[in-house]
Amino acid sequence: MNDINDLEKYMLNKVADLDSKPTGAFNLRVDGVGVVRQNSANVEIVPKDNSKGIDVYVKPNAKKEVVYIPVLIMQGGINDLVYNDFHIGENSEVIIVAGCGIHNHTEHNSEHNGIHTFYIDSGAKVTYIEKHFGHGDSMGKKNLNPVTTVYLAKDATMEMNTVQMEGVDYAIRTTKGKLQQGASFVVNEKILTQHNQFANSIFDVELEGKSSSTKIVSRAVAKDNSNQEFHSNITGRCECFGHVECDAILINNAKIIAIPQISALSADARLIHEATIGKIAGAQLEKLLTMGLDEKQAEDFIIKGFLS
Amino acid sequence: MLKIENLKYIANDEEILKGIDFEFKKGKFYVITGHNGAGKSSLAKCLMGLYKCSGKVYLNDIDITDKSVDERAKLGMGFAFQQPVTFKGVRVIDLLKISDKPLKTYEDILLKVGLQPQEYLFREINNTLSGGELKRLELASVLSRDIKVGIFDEPEAGIDLWSFNNLSNVFTEFKNSERTTIVISHQERVMALADEIIVMKEGKILTSGAKEEILPLLNV
Repeated sequence: MNDINDLEKYMLNKVADLDSKPTGAFNLRVDGVGVVRQNSANVEIVPKDNSKGIDVYVKPNAKKEVVYIPVLIMQGGINDLVYNDFHIGENSEVIIVAGCGIHNHTEHNSEHNGIHTFYIDSGAKVTYIEKHFGHGDSMGKKNLNPVTTVYLAKDATMEMNTVQMEGVDYAIRTTKGKLQQGASFVVNEKILTQHNQFANSIFDVELEGKSSSTKIVSRAVAKDNSNQEFHSNITGRCECFGHVECDAILINNAKIIAIPQISALSADARLIHEATIGKIAGAQLEKLLTMGLDEKQAEDFIIKGFLS
Repeated sequence: MLKIENLKYIANDEEILKGIDFEFKKGKFYVITGHNGAGKSSLAKCLMGLYKCSGKVYLNDIDITDKSVDERAKLGMGFAFQQPVTFKGVRVIDLLKISDKPLKTYEDILLKVGLQPQEYLFREINNTLSGGELKRLELASVLSRDIKVGIFDEPEAGIDLWSFNNLSNVFTEFKNSERTTIVISHQERVMALADEIIVMKEGKILTSGAKEEILPLLNV
């Protein structure tokens, strides 16, 4: 950590809220190479043989563990593909902070494709925090394509808080889940696109076990000429509950397509979908104007809250 | 304090306000009343700049006719809407913090409107709040700012559980601090707080004067 420069520290803070090396398990990957790695008593991080990722092992019954695995791309022309697998022991409780920041000041595109697979044993509780951020004015694109697949065993839970901040030019964001009996998968997604950026969020969750449940809430703001797509499919195969909600604000010439799909393959499946897309409500702007904010400040205030 | 001359407002080719002249004095409490469609809310919104109208508006002898809503707010005007809006993801404290010079602590402001700070300060302003709670927050948002003129559009409407004492105390404090209060209301108990009552009909001021003179005429 002492070797990283100020820009890397800035990026690390943006994507993982880290100002210094954390005390728990930690793996930092910069430009496709693992540069810092440490384990804790209950968490072991093992690099894969081909250096294309890590296996993270959390011991059964481990409590209050926090694991940081941020990734930085600091150069143009890098195409980083990484496979990270998480093996979460039964009845453990862990917070995993991932996230990727790309800084690109060249004319060459940079890209990070993080393929994350979670195997969560029965009764385990995982909070997964993922932030994506692009930085640097350049012709070279900053592209991020995360793929997250989650297997939740009986009564296991995962809460995934995923944020795409400014600066990401192109993103295909794929999240898949398979839930066994009593398992729960909650996703809170926040996405901001601007300029000519594009983001596509794809969710596919299968509720296979009795009393399993999922709630996917996506809040998106598309500005300027940016485009977003939202595709979700919740499949209920038994007595289960699923709720998907896409809420989006459009500004200027931006476009959003939302296709929330629910597939009830059992009479006992209870599935709900909602989608709302529109510009900022005039009444909201008026209220803030009467409090002394100008139109730009009011718009920023609303967006900041919406994506908070 | 706040003076209007020949204020006219037209919407959908219909003249809603038909040339109104009036002067709201500093530190006075005014209630504007009248039947539905008389133009009360339109007048309130024209004062705040929310509706574009012709005529003149002066605040402390400064012509603010061409000033925008936020400019009028910065000059010390505040407005409480009849139907408060919700803000996804925005907490109560975020809204109150817009004021860079709050007169009181955020906790005190909420207590003034009958909301417990520990329950509401960090709560999101979304549709889990009841209409009554939103009305109180609307009032709190006005109280959070250092204003000279407060315009309240039916602040007591639609809130069954509203403790009227809270509202009454807020307006009394306004009056005592030399601020001008303009309230749109149909309610006698609100008019009882007023110094002056303005009765509107069909886009004009039918009559105005001290509440002792006007209340007997209203048959309320």
